[in-house]
Amino acid sequence: MNWYAIAAIYKFEMARTRRTLMQSIASPVLSTSLYFVVFGSAIGSRITSVEGVSYGAFIIPGLIMLSLLMQSVSNASFGIYFPKFTGTIYEIHSAPVSFVEIVAGYVGAAATKSVIVGLIILATARLFVDYHIAHPLLMVAFLLLTAITFSLFGFIIGIWADNFEKLQVIPLLVITPLTFLGGSFYSIHMLPPLWQKVTLLNPVVYLVSGFRWSFYDLADVGVDASLAAIAGFLVACLIAIGWIFRTGYKLKS
Amino acid sequence: MTLLHNEAPTTVDPVIVVEGLTKTYAGGFQALKPIDLSIRRGEIFALLGPNGAGKTTLISIICGIVNPGDGSITVDGHDVVRDFRATRARIGLVPQELTTDAFETVWNTVSFSRGLFGLPPKPAHIEQVLRDLSLWEKRNHRIMTLSGGMKRRVMIAKALSHEPSVLFLDEPTAGVDVELRRDMWNLVRRLRDSGVTIILTTHYIEEAEDMADRVGVINKGELILVEQTATLMHKLGKKELTLHLHEPLAAIPPALSRYPLALSTDGTDLTYTYDTQAEHTGITALLGDLAAAGIRFRDISTRQNSLEEIFVDLVRSR
Repeated sequence: MNWYAIAAIYKFEMARTRRTLMQSIASPVLSTSLYFVVFGSAIGSRITSVEGVSYGAFIIPGLIMLSLLMQSVSNASFGIYFPKFTGTIYEIHSAPVSFVEIVAGYVGAAATKSVIVGLIILATARLFVDYHIAHPLLMVAFLLLTAITFSLFGFIIGIWADNFEKLQVIPLLVITPLTFLGGSFYSIHMLPPLWQKVTLLNPVVYLVSGFRWSFYDLADVGVDASLAAIAGFLVACLIAIGWIFRTGYKLKS
Repeated sequence: MTLLHNEAPTTVDPVIVVEGLTKTYAGGFQALKPIDLSIRRGEIFALLGPNGAGKTTLISIICGIVNPGDGSITVDGHDVVRDFRATRARIGLVPQELTTDAFETVWNTVSFSRGLFGLPPKPAHIEQVLRDLSLWEKRNHRIMTLSGGMKRRVMIAKALSHEPSVLFLDEPTAGVDVELRRDMWNLVRRLRDSGVTIILTTHYIEEAEDMADRVGVINKGELILVEQTATLMHKLGKKELTLHLHEPLAAIPPALSRYPLALSTDGTDLTYTYDTQAEHTGITALLGDLAAAGIRFRDISTRQNSLEEIFVDLVRSR
């Protein structure tokens, strides 16, 4: 294992984050604050509580999940897309590294960044509403697993994309709708019975539900189902990345 | 290929051995026909060929950037596919295109390369490389603020960051000013003196002639020949003998028609092309016949073909 290479890629990517601090950290914090103002205070004041939790507190896990998914996908996809775009990827290919080190470096940095954003949002939320975390360790585990899994997914998108438009298309057209419809702002029990069934096809439901459970002991689906969903998606992404590097898909001719 | 086998392989210590390497791209374009090539430890090897001949493909496969087709490549006895960590750790590559991380500083990007190649930080080495390439003053500058020539130096610094024993320079002097070119060749000589094997491609054939111990010519994916630069010059070097005449000739006299002679348009210069390797150059006979024909000359000059002319001849004849 080439540990120095992992460290080099990780450091390089984190330096990119520091250079773009406003865009990396400030903008997700600002947009989440807006959600709190609009949904938590303005609209939420009309909704007394959801299953015993104040609406403002109820949406915190969903909002963190929303940012976590978007950040993970965009960080990781941009991280690997950019060297492909500029051509500097030649150096990665010519280096004594296997895909394990490349993925560890890029995905590790992307996941770190989105976890930092998630924690900052959690801290920001404290300014607006009071909340408690019932299972802190599991909360962190959900946070890490989701960040890593969706960074892997973003990495795949970054390799697949051959222009900037493709880079944006999946986050905008897939991740955002799935997250909004995934129970970030509501409990799926509020839906009509048919839609309660349909919504179970949305993988984000499991992520939000599990994450919310770690806060309030309150879940739309079982925690084991949530963990299984993340694990399943993680394995699927790892298999896809293994295949990409074995075949050189979109990386090597 | 036959020329390659004329050399005694037992006396050399090969560092890179390419055997039967082919490459066909997805579109069906055959970039490399079976290539056999052995690079000797410590030599400067120049790979010449027109655009699209397969130079970059060959280099890219050895370095791991392009997947190989059939055949095998070893570096220091390690297979480049099976044992890629061992081979790539030994190789430094300066690609043709100027591709750098615009936003990073010089120091960081060169340090990044060293880490990527699996080595612990060694600031003293990075400093030495940057000083050798006149980049030390620019170490804290972002790469995007540098000129094209400086960026080229940065790419060389990156390739040298992990102390490679084999250095590939793909068109290192394309679009580079005189000063940088001179610096670069000084650096290449110093590296060679320290035992680094250097493989370069260039369009400036006089550079290959000056720098390279051996030359390989590649055309349309085929390695046409591999030869010692001096031997090649000697072997394929035609010489021209030019006779500056006292009185201009209207035409070449029939008595001299058996010689390959060319008359300049003003009729004052007579040029005789001959092969230095031939058993008889024919010069004595020519001069005798000239005297017999009553042609007098006031001066004689000879000129050896340059590698460029040899190269153009080789590529055209295919």
